[in-house]
Amino acid sequence: MRTLDTMSRRMISVDRVGADERAAALGKRSIKHDAKRQGILLATSMVDLTTLEGADTPGKVRNLCAKAVCPDAHRPEIPSCAAICVYPSQVATAAAALAGSGVAVASVATGFPSGQTSLDIKVEETREAVAAGATEIDMVISRDAYLTGDDRRVAHEIEVVKEACGSAHLKVILETAELPTYAHVRHASQLAIDAGADFIKTSTGKAATGATPGVVLVMLETVRDHAWRTGQMIGVKAAGGVSTTKAALHMLVLVNETAGKDWLTPEYFRIGASSLLNDLLMQYAKLDGGHYGRPEDFSKE
Amino acid sequence: MASVTDRPADGSPPARTALRWDYAPAPESRDAAPLKPRYDLFVDGAFTAPQDGSVVASVNPASEEVLAEVGFAGPGDVERAVAAARRAAGPWAALPALERGKYLFRIARLIQERARELAIVESLDGGKPIRESRDVDIPLAAAHFFSYAGWADKLSYAVAGRPHRPRGVVGQVVPWNFPLLMAAWKLAPALACGNTAVLKPAETTPLTALLLAEICQEAELPPGVINVIPGAGETGAALVRAEVDKVAFTGSTAVGKEIQRALAGRDIGLTLELGGKSANIVFEDAAIDQAVEGIVNGIFFNQGHVCCAGSRLLLQESVADEVLHKLWQRMQRLRVGDPLDKNTDVGAINSAAQLARIEELVAAGEAEGATRRTISCALPEQGYWFAPTLFTDVAPANRIAVEEIFGPVVSVTTFRTPAEAIERANNSAYGLAAGVWTDMGSKAFEVASALRAGVVWQNTYNKFDPTAAFGGYKESGFGREGGPSGLLPYLKVGA
Repeated sequence: MRTLDTMSRRMISVDRVGADERAAALGKRSIKHDAKRQGILLATSMVDLTTLEGADTPGKVRNLCAKAVCPDAHRPEIPSCAAICVYPSQVATAAAALAGSGVAVASVATGFPSGQTSLDIKVEETREAVAAGATEIDMVISRDAYLTGDDRRVAHEIEVVKEACGSAHLKVILETAELPTYAHVRHASQLAIDAGADFIKTSTGKAATGATPGVVLVMLETVRDHAWRTGQMIGVKAAGGVSTTKAALHMLVLVNETAGKDWLTPEYFRIGASSLLNDLLMQYAKLDGGHYGRPEDFSKE
Repeated sequence: MASVTDRPADGSPPARTALRWDYAPAPESRDAAPLKPRYDLFVDGAFTAPQDGSVVASVNPASEEVLAEVGFAGPGDVERAVAAARRAAGPWAALPALERGKYLFRIARLIQERARELAIVESLDGGKPIRESRDVDIPLAAAHFFSYAGWADKLSYAVAGRPHRPRGVVGQVVPWNFPLLMAAWKLAPALACGNTAVLKPAETTPLTALLLAEICQEAELPPGVINVIPGAGETGAALVRAEVDKVAFTGSTAVGKEIQRALAGRDIGLTLELGGKSANIVFEDAAIDQAVEGIVNGIFFNQGHVCCAGSRLLLQESVADEVLHKLWQRMQRLRVGDPLDKNTDVGAINSAAQLARIEELVAAGEAEGATRRTISCALPEQGYWFAPTLFTDVAPANRIAVEEIFGPVVSVTTFRTPAEAIERANNSAYGLAAGVWTDMGSKAFEVASALRAGVVWQNTYNKFDPTAAFGGYKESGFGREGGPSGLLPYLKVGA
């Protein structure tokens, strides 16, 4: 039986209507011309190029790694993506393919996407991924624990996984679609930060919604306030649903006007996506050529 | 702008370099709003030159360039317009109500069709950001016509079935802060109720009202039902003293009092929507980040040229430091500049005279010992500009805490208890609006019901809707605009 104090959750109020309104207003910023060009380059550099399918094979992962290193061979000014994000079993393949490229290897772990395994297995999975060459771990919080108010267990799991990460960076996935309110998003964000997260991440990409502008706004406000309070900068990763250039630029505006310019780097802001990269490339090509390319002009992998 | 990456010549991976990312200028094209060189009075369904008035240039306050010449009405022109409205009043009132409604629907749709043009002209003439004229002023103006169009044949529901008839000819004087929207607020209910109208737009912002006159022509509104006579204060003074049956005025409290004196003892209906010094109250249990947005929206929306602006910020002491820190950081992100740029948050001050008034009151605030903080931003050389400003250490008796500044200037005081907040908020000659920020529903309602203000927003600010009544207590005026209560001033009920 839990003692009474674990049941008292102190939450910071977040007004959903106001937060959504602000997030939507920032989506109306007009990003044109050079701002769009630079924004696309910046967004590309923040992409965690992701494949999390049962059908992932070493071949597909190697192809994707090549794409992450050099997204568009015809346009050398387009930077590499920030990382490749794969299941633990593909980490060794990705690490070999990306050696020396500057692109990081991220691995989901801890019973992704549901988190419904024992802590021992979560820790073991994390260790394996790190040993195979992952330098970034994307873990999920135990939503069952969080929803029953067991913040202590949520925090404990993060702390233990963080320890298993060693020098690898830890991104903590809140799966915000499964949290009741924005106030919980804010609360869970702070819980993850206090337990040692280097990054807080919105979603697994496997739930009903992903990185909605409102959720990202609330998480950015949390890391901004944390930095004001402690001087420590925590990163934010928007994952799930950010599949168009417009949506990605909206994310950059949210970062720019909420957390500020210090966060406008792959070190502190990431976009987890699979199909976004090609849309960024197509929109970039359109700025050069004045017309949209055909999807088949861009390799899927 | 720095480049994101520099790819070394040897083909090795690009080095990641720090990036300064900013939004490129995104000006709305003026091509969609070709202005004529000259606009005349709209009287009796036609544009006619002033007979005893003058021709005055309308200036873009962001650049001081002349936009167009505008005919200003003289006393004879005012009489001419009122006479045209009088001739039109009988047939208009006799029209089946459903038909009157159809005209209003038509005007509403034409406003939507010409929305882009109207938004551009509103920003050019008045200095407000295109984001606001595009997303707020013009859509709301159309919404008012739509809403009141629907009321035209349902008036008996607004008067509980009592007999009612139109007042006749109404004289309407509107301010420069929301030129088209204020015209819509006045004209739509007047026409729905079967009145005819003579509208005087503000001296510095006559253009969109004249475009609305074009729309009336396009809608084939019968001549004389709406007349638009631009002019300065004298024209307005002549209009409210002319042979009209009802006067509706939105503007300064001083002029409102003058009008009330002039109409005293005559059977002329009057509604006044005047100044304000509205309190925006933030309690410690509020959602602070959203409250900060509401504070910004409350005072910097339309450069603070808003009669219900949340110009007195009341912070509970326990959260004052946090709110002020966040507010000041948020203010740094306001983009001040070209009103036509789609990314501009704060545009130009409407006129040199208004800028002078803001500067005078801000100087008074400094002289009285309040602490002033103004964001540092590049302001254009030409035009009238004032950067968003925050005053702390304000005593409730200071001029900046009492007088309406009507600019992007907020005065902050603190309180300790809800009772103190209510007392402080009500301690004003005005009573137009208030904001209450708390996550606790019971407190929100308790405080709201104790505030003597015509509008109280809970966890939001500056939200407008044609179905909601708007109007003041005390020196903020009387009468309501919007919703069914906005119909009543335009009807003789029980007669």
